[in-house]
Amino acid sequence: MTPPPAAPSRAAGLRVGAEAASAHLPGLILSAERLAAMVAPGAHGLRRAGPGEDFWQYRPASAGDGARSIDWRRSARSDAQFVRDREAQTAQAVALWVSAGQGMDWRGADDRPTKAARAQLLALALAMVLLRGGEKVGLLGQPARAGRAQADRLAEAMVTTAAAPGDGDAPGLEALRPNQRLVILSDFLTDPAWLGDLLARAGALGVAGVLMQVLDPDEEEFPYAGAVVFQSPSGALRHDSRDAAGLRAAYRQRLAERRDWLAGQARRAGWHFGHHLTDHAPAVALGWLYQVLGR
Amino acid sequence: MLILGPLGFAAPWVLAALVALPVLWLILRAMPPAPRRIAFPGVELLRGLIDPRPVARRTPWWLLLLRLAAVAALILAFAGPVWKPVATAPAGGPLLVVLDAGWSAAPDWAGRQARAERALSEAAGAGRPAALLIADGQAAPGPLPFAAADTLLARLRAARPAPWPTTLPEAPQDTLSAAPDGTLATLWISDGLDHPQRAEWLEALTDRGPVTVVPPAAALRALSLTAGESPSLTLHSMDDSAPAILAIGPDPQGLERELARLIPGDGATAAGVTTRPVAIDLPPELRNRITRFQVEGDSHAGAVVLADDRVRRRKVALVGDPDMQAEGQQLLSQLYYLRRALAPVSDLVEGGLGDVLDSAPDVIVIADQVNMPESAELAEWVEEGGLLIRFAGPRMAAYDRLVDEPLLPVLLRQGGRDIGGALSWGDPRGLAAFAGDGLFAGLDAPADVAVRAQLMAQPTPDLAERTVAALSDNTPLVTRERRGQGQVVLFHVTANAEWSSLPLSGLFVQMLERLVASARVSPANEQADDREQPFWTPETVLDGFGRANPAAGLSPVPAGDLALGPAPGRPAGIYAAGERRAALNAGGGFTLAAWPGATVEARAEAPGRDLQGALLVLAALLLALDALGSAMLARGGRVAASLLLAMILLPGPRATAQEVNPDLIRAADQAALAYVLTGDDAIDRTSAEGLAGLSRVLFQRTSVEPGAPVGIDLDHDDLSVLTFLYWPVTDSQPMPSPAAYLRLNHFLRSGGMILFDTRDGDVAGLGGPDVSQALRDLAAPLEIPPLAPVPHDHVLTRSFYLLEDFPGRWQGSPVWVEAPPAGVEAAEGVPFRHLNDGVSPVVIGANSWAEAWAMDANGFPSFPIGRGWEGERQRELAYRFGVNLIMYALTGNYKSDQVHVPALLDRLRVEEGLSR
Repeated sequence: MTPPPAAPSRAAGLRVGAEAASAHLPGLILSAERLAAMVAPGAHGLRRAGPGEDFWQYRPASAGDGARSIDWRRSARSDAQFVRDREAQTAQAVALWVSAGQGMDWRGADDRPTKAARAQLLALALAMVLLRGGEKVGLLGQPARAGRAQADRLAEAMVTTAAAPGDGDAPGLEALRPNQRLVILSDFLTDPAWLGDLLARAGALGVAGVLMQVLDPDEEEFPYAGAVVFQSPSGALRHDSRDAAGLRAAYRQRLAERRDWLAGQARRAGWHFGHHLTDHAPAVALGWLYQVLGR
Repeated sequence: MLILGPLGFAAPWVLAALVALPVLWLILRAMPPAPRRIAFPGVELLRGLIDPRPVARRTPWWLLLLRLAAVAALILAFAGPVWKPVATAPAGGPLLVVLDAGWSAAPDWAGRQARAERALSEAAGAGRPAALLIADGQAAPGPLPFAAADTLLARLRAARPAPWPTTLPEAPQDTLSAAPDGTLATLWISDGLDHPQRAEWLEALTDRGPVTVVPPAAALRALSLTAGESPSLTLHSMDDSAPAILAIGPDPQGLERELARLIPGDGATAAGVTTRPVAIDLPPELRNRITRFQVEGDSHAGAVVLADDRVRRRKVALVGDPDMQAEGQQLLSQLYYLRRALAPVSDLVEGGLGDVLDSAPDVIVIADQVNMPESAELAEWVEEGGLLIRFAGPRMAAYDRLVDEPLLPVLLRQGGRDIGGALSWGDPRGLAAFAGDGLFAGLDAPADVAVRAQLMAQPTPDLAERTVAALSDNTPLVTRERRGQGQVVLFHVTANAEWSSLPLSGLFVQMLERLVASARVSPANEQADDREQPFWTPETVLDGFGRANPAAGLSPVPAGDLALGPAPGRPAGIYAAGERRAALNAGGGFTLAAWPGATVEARAEAPGRDLQGALLVLAALLLALDALGSAMLARGGRVAASLLLAMILLPGPRATAQEVNPDLIRAADQAALAYVLTGDDAIDRTSAEGLAGLSRVLFQRTSVEPGAPVGIDLDHDDLSVLTFLYWPVTDSQPMPSPAAYLRLNHFLRSGGMILFDTRDGDVAGLGGPDVSQALRDLAAPLEIPPLAPVPHDHVLTRSFYLLEDFPGRWQGSPVWVEAPPAGVEAAEGVPFRHLNDGVSPVVIGANSWAEAWAMDANGFPSFPIGRGWEGERQRELAYRFGVNLIMYALTGNYKSDQVHVPALLDRLRVEEGLSR
């Protein structure tokens, strides 16, 4: 298939980028699978007849039941025809959203993954756990589907997501659907004004969810000193300091304030808030996410 | 020139720029170093924060100091600083510069020249007439002409120290008669030694005016040789230093290098000269190789002692039956074992007895010869100190008048005896232990030496006394008799392995070494009056700096003059007369000169030292440090450290592992053909294409399946994996290195074959195997056997195809291979002679085979040959020659055996018929 001629260079660039990015896709899936195997999915039986896997009851066939739905083995023991009902099992539709801001694509030291990589890993691992439990999972704004193949689609969609133009990124409000569970992974370091609107609309739609702040240890500790020009990864912001070490206390206080504000917002909307550092084991964060979503 | 204390400035006005330094200080101080830049996503949280304690926005003081120092160094450098500039003293009147120019002036010669040049330049500046007396004994006789000083500079610069002592003209007054009127100022640049005529000259010069003497800058050392039974060296030195003496000579690879270091003994000082003996205590193998002794660190002719017959190895003459030519039969030759045993420790001369007697050997070894016509001369030679070693053998055993044979240490019985043979009693005899005080005392008699045959001595009362080695049954093995000043030694066995296994043992070598060492050195020195040479021809001469040069343009020196030491016309060096070599050495004892009435210049007064270069280097270093410091401030210590590390690591020489050409590995794997890279691209390409074509033909027609041909760089590539080397000879090809020739000779010895191709079809019609001068030059160092045109029954004519001619692109010129041994006749009923047992190491021709074989990548011929079908036929024959040649190189004389098969079958058939 040839790309539309209007934006051939962009399409080509996207494809090249996707190919380059998907080069580490199997690794992402594997490590997410390893992580997902550590969390056992729970059952979501609804105690009523409906589409599902497990036997629920035999009931006499009534008008409207197709011949194919009649359980002939049971019906042969009597004169009436029976239909085999299965227990209804509904899957939760979980929407995942990982910030694509350029600030996420950063790490303080070479021995740690970038925040974006860690957030994607967590999101994909969570998706795999949920998919194994029969849930429907999708990226926010894209249809949620069940089945193992959805993990591959999710991984591909995640790595091919284009970076946002700025340091930060915000989910689109119009993508919220009623009765969704929403998982938001971001560093929440840029202006979080969008969060209030999102939580308000989510409350209106009955969407519950989790906020997960993924930070690099350097952002937590602020280990800088001397004359430093701080520049955000997108280059939009800069801050000249002649005594970076002296800024540490003030920075950490602001970070704590930001975290308190986030936690407060989440609590008020009935959401959960957690944070994760990239030098910690991802399994802990994954366990917490899974546990919080199961509540 | 501005002079401040010991420092002078050539361009002092540049120093005014130093005023600008304080301004620079202010400017630099206001420019802070750049801050570090760090990417950080949390900048949002930092917005509006105020630095509590901002660091100073100033350059650190040490960086400032570095920059200022760099700029100051630059300014000072451009001001032309000179350390201790020479202040010139004005003088008038004529100037005479006397320059000692013997070998003793060679150290610091450039300094002497510079001192004389300075004096002459100053005189030229002052307009004084001047004269230059170079005391090397080569000045034209007559008065010394005075001239404008600057006209003498060319002569001064061309002067070189002479390889003989400083020689002043005979008559000072006559020589100085042309001096202009006025006080004659003299600058005598002396070598510090006393010479004939020096006192007279000093007196004459002090009469005419002030004499300034420039003493030598460093202490002089000289080396001399004391001949005798055990020659030793003597080191004479002006000071107490005792540098090592280097013994230099060719190592086993034939390269000149230091073979040993001799340490001088304790010194004795007399009249300012310290004399130290230096013993030459070296193993004979080493000592015999030494060509010169040299004082370490000194480069003048007096610090070199050339080794001649006095130091050199004993000369041993071998007399015996001439060798068989075929390689297999060499092991039967008696001389072969003697040669192998004696060659490492002595000079060998071979030939008839009369010839070797003329070469005045120290030792003569005669293997199994009786009734020699020169017996009388030989006896005379022995009487005068020669050592004669004789070996028994079948000829001696069968000689019916053995009792009358002269020059035997004991009376011998005719016939000898066999022990342990098929028809005799007993086992082969071993050796008895050597007498503890005899000639061979201390040598270990190995138990596995067995003697199967031996000449027996007539029992006489003095037999036991003359026996120096015996068998286990006390029959003599080696006997010795002193005659006059010499001695006669007889081995009662042969020198080959026929009668005993003694020549196969290491003991044989040790015994011969002991015997040869017991010979008197050059017994012929006194007796050889009739062979005394009236003239000695210089062979190698030294220059004043002690470097050896081939003698050119020198006339032979009368024998009497040689004893007087080196002088003008007979420089230090090696002189030859017939077989004898004598060294004329410059060094020897010396006496120090005294200078009454003259001013001796202080030694330290050297011309000023220019500091500009050093200051510029300093400035560059400071600026580099500044760059490092700035980088450290801006990027943190890691960047600066890595920069520093890079600077430290970069210039280090990389250790290179032994590199093996991957092509050679492939060649070893695929039996690829190889060609020599000549450096001419067209010829190299033709060689590659030619061998590729030949490889293809071989692949198609024979079971030889070579890979792609390999180009060989003789100077670097290892040849040991190759079997066949094609060498196109060009005029422009550089000579391979000696190491390359060592490899080539090893290649030839170990069964390799070289095809030399002069590629010219011998159009010059020179004929002969040395078709061109280029080939002669290239092949001279190779071990090439006697050559002959390919005989019609050579294996090369039938190793695959039957060929009569070997055309390439040219046709008809002969191809040369190793000559067949003389006197081989065709056997009855065999169509071919049984020729050389082995493969000719070289094939030489001019037919430009590579061009005939050359195929391009598509398999088409690269060069046209002849015309039409005839030419193609010739190309086919060229391929056939190539196939034959490679078959010959790979299989040797295998085909030679194969061609006998019809004859053998014929004979079998005849014998079958007879028996029936």
